[in-house]
Amino acid sequence: MAKDELAKDFKYIGTRPNRPDGYDKVTGRAKYGADVAAVGMLHGAVLRSPYAHARITSINFEKASKLDGVKAIITRDDFPVGIDGDTLNLLENTIAGEFAYYDGHAIAAVAATTVHIAKEAINEIEVEYEVLPHVIDVDEAIKPDAPVIKNNARDFSVPEGSSPNVASYIEFGTGDIDGGFDKADLVKSGRFKTEAAHQGYIEPHACMAQLDHDGQGEMWVCTQGHWYIRQMCASVLGLEASKLCVTPSEIGGGFGGKTTIFIEPLALALSKKSGGRPVKIVMSRAEVLRATGPTASASMDVKIGITKDGYLTSGSVEFRMQGGAFGGSPVSEALQCAFAPYNMPAAHHIGYDILANRPRAAAYRAPGSPMAAFAVESLIDEICTDLNLDPIDVRLKNAVKEGDKSSYGPKFKKIGLIETLEAAKDHPNYSISLGDNQGRGVAAGYWMNHGGETSVSVSLAEDGSVNVTVGTPDIGGSRASIALMTAETYGIPYDSVRVNIAETGALGFNEPTHGSRATLASGKAVYEAANQTISEMCQRVARKWQIDPDAVFWENGYAKPAGANAGDFSPISIKQIASEMDQTGGPIAGHHEASIRGVGHSFGVHIADVEVDPETGRITVLRYLVAQDAGRAIHPSYVEGQFQGGAVQGIGWALNEEYVYGADGCLQNAAFLDYRVPVASDLPNIDTIIVEVPNPDHPFGVRGVGETGIAPPLPALANAVNAAVGARLRSLPMSPGKVLKTIKTGEDGC
Amino acid sequence: MQYHSPSSFNEAVAISNSSSGLVKYLAGGTDVLVQLKIGTKSPDHLIDIKNIPGVREISLRDDGGYTIGAAVSGAQLTDHKELSKKWPGLVEGMELVGSAQIQSRATLVGNLCNGSPAADSVPGMIAAGASVSILNSSGTKDVLVEDIPSGPGSTSLKNGELITAINLPKRNDYEGDAYLRFIPRTEMDIAVVGCAVNLSLENGFITTAKVVLGAVGPKVMLAHSAADCLVGTKLDDNILSRFSAKCSQIAKPISDKRGSAEFRKDIIGVIAQRAARKAYDRALGKY
Repeated sequence: MAKDELAKDFKYIGTRPNRPDGYDKVTGRAKYGADVAAVGMLHGAVLRSPYAHARITSINFEKASKLDGVKAIITRDDFPVGIDGDTLNLLENTIAGEFAYYDGHAIAAVAATTVHIAKEAINEIEVEYEVLPHVIDVDEAIKPDAPVIKNNARDFSVPEGSSPNVASYIEFGTGDIDGGFDKADLVKSGRFKTEAAHQGYIEPHACMAQLDHDGQGEMWVCTQGHWYIRQMCASVLGLEASKLCVTPSEIGGGFGGKTTIFIEPLALALSKKSGGRPVKIVMSRAEVLRATGPTASASMDVKIGITKDGYLTSGSVEFRMQGGAFGGSPVSEALQCAFAPYNMPAAHHIGYDILANRPRAAAYRAPGSPMAAFAVESLIDEICTDLNLDPIDVRLKNAVKEGDKSSYGPKFKKIGLIETLEAAKDHPNYSISLGDNQGRGVAAGYWMNHGGETSVSVSLAEDGSVNVTVGTPDIGGSRASIALMTAETYGIPYDSVRVNIAETGALGFNEPTHGSRATLASGKAVYEAANQTISEMCQRVARKWQIDPDAVFWENGYAKPAGANAGDFSPISIKQIASEMDQTGGPIAGHHEASIRGVGHSFGVHIADVEVDPETGRITVLRYLVAQDAGRAIHPSYVEGQFQGGAVQGIGWALNEEYVYGADGCLQNAAFLDYRVPVASDLPNIDTIIVEVPNPDHPFGVRGVGETGIAPPLPALANAVNAAVGARLRSLPMSPGKVLKTIKTGEDGC
Repeated sequence: MQYHSPSSFNEAVAISNSSSGLVKYLAGGTDVLVQLKIGTKSPDHLIDIKNIPGVREISLRDDGGYTIGAAVSGAQLTDHKELSKKWPGLVEGMELVGSAQIQSRATLVGNLCNGSPAADSVPGMIAAGASVSILNSSGTKDVLVEDIPSGPGSTSLKNGELITAINLPKRNDYEGDAYLRFIPRTEMDIAVVGCAVNLSLENGFITTAKVVLGAVGPKVMLAHSAADCLVGTKLDDNILSRFSAKCSQIAKPISDKRGSAEFRKDIIGVIAQRAARKAYDRALGKY
């Protein structure tokens, strides 16, 4: 479809049918990671480091191996040697070698006939540790006297003289920075800090694996991306990728945290060592919090120049992010998002990826963007307050639009930031009057979105219904969205489409459901594959009518003659074509493989109203609005769900989610009781506005919508708290103790 | 581990006395079963008292006070309209424990025996002047609730001793109680600080006051000197701020993952002040 012909009137797209997986999920029939079982299955358990940093001097599992029912015990000795680079980091994080790098780092694993025996055996393994000094805080980690976590962690990018705990360095920019600050009427700077936050998915990691000495294996796993699991497991175990078949379960949330391996290679190695018996491992919540996720913690310096009428002149940022003991914080993405919503005549970005004795950071919803938004959007709010300017007007004056070059390089195609700002400004929430100790905060956010490697197939069933096979696990309603786009493409009812999520053997490589890509990328690929089958159907009908294939066109589920010149034929339905397939050339199927491009960036604007108890520092969110550009909302309910879910995770990050470490470097709150994600009663209804500025590079105009929504809540709430009680918190979370201290002392928490 | 289900309190105590290893009584199980599952406590004997006749009953005694059986759930308390009306502070403390599912199992006695200084239902019981009936091999005795907690996670109960019921005194007109706690969220948190206040009035003047502070010391504590600030007053703003400062001064909290000592000292005064106001209004019959 040509770009200027993006259809506006749809029959199915934009409707809200029940999701195809809904019945299974509400009845409890859906199979999640821990629901899988097999005959002869063993249960695995993992021994984890009780120290933040230690040398492992010996592991003795003689006593454990003698327990009745124990079938296999593995340590690092059961994994290949000679691995390096990123794969070594993956392996090291999967199971410790010489060093344990964080509290919860896997040391050994057991497979036994029952869970109880496996856990008992774990307690019988004797490990001797030489405890080493540790460091947890990102700023502490780069001080000259900080413990060195690894001697060779730094890559080529790190400048001479940097701390050995700096893994990589990035610097980029555009324009005349100092000249820009000279032109400004106000130059303001500040330091901001955010804590690590866990993805907090409700379903803990779970898998069952089977691997025999012939090198052929199978795995059933709760994951966002089973080809990634296959690739990573194969690389750390030295297997050939195609010998491992990975099937995804339903998934109870991932938010980026289930795009990598943790227990999966352990289950495979245990299975192999126990003679090929299937081994299941299910993490506890404490294991999830100690050893998986989270995103990075950050310390950030920002400087912004602005004219007195609200035009930005220059901006610079230096972000320091800690992503655990192996590096890999999303500092580069954070820098890209920092000034992305604005036309910055000059912008300079510096980033450090820093090691600390904490779990290896995993992707978390718009990785890096929330931290960047907290720093930049808080400072812009401070500027608006100083200059007495309306925060939405200032953002409108500087907002990027089609054709503008972004602060990090790429030129924007059609984008909807201005429309989103206007929609937020027009919403009643922006003008409702506020009472004592109440305040309103505004913030914008950005995520670039991702296309990625995608492979799908589509086939016609003999009755004219359609099977769609994709490789992107359905986390947020993508089966429904893909079914709607398929129904629209063929002109057949939504209920006549079934979307399957296939195992790794059924399709080419698929990246995970990450980067807000499932509906965008699998949807685009399915559109292409469906059109292959439509073209095949038209050809078969042309043969039947004995006319040129170009003289047959497809409309509303029927092959029709293209016009009077084509001949006088009655339209033939997809049903009829399907019922005659065996006579007309056999099965009709299509497939499409591509690295999907044209992702369609998504901007969001949030308005938060809070009330602060000035005597206790406790924050109540009174009202909350998300406005975001969805390009085209295929299934509006799931778009709203993404907006609301992102906002809630951002609210949690802003208010009370926090990793509490003791002086010993061990995590003290590895439970949902004290790792405080918001509960339902903490939240108002999250109001939403779906802005639709169609993505010109997608057949239906889709932009990814999953991630942007988590970025604005951090600054929007900080801005609202400042408006309510004049307390500017530059450090998250804004837990009551910190807020009260800021109210009393004016300290910003950094 | 062996599970026992005796049909009388005497039988329960006999089993306990004749068993070796770690013996735990089981009522609602909302603490014991969790400890068992995460492996912090592995009892050798679990003695389930829920099947003992009368253990889940609330009864009005001849002296006008209530006796609450040891296995009465939080939900039963809330559903008891008369008791809730007379002791709203005690009932709201218990009501704060856990979700609806937990409420249908969790008990006042269990909350008390768990020995947590942050237990939400304990300050209200102490402020009410409640006692517990304790059965041991030599008979029954009555002990004030305030004498049960002895430190974080511990009680003054001896091996084999079993609390069979809680006894509330008679409630008179112009009396009121309240319990408030501070948590960062609206639900699902353990109290950062908590405070129960129980007042009796005559012509608007406070004649007796009991103030109990939670989560600001090794055990739930009676704040006598803070309560003394209130007696003889009509709770004007001046008195309240003196009372608030006194509570902060008495508090001896620690810093932990739920809050710093400094923050706890700050807000215990605020929460106590709000609880006193609420109890006072209730004593006046305002709600």
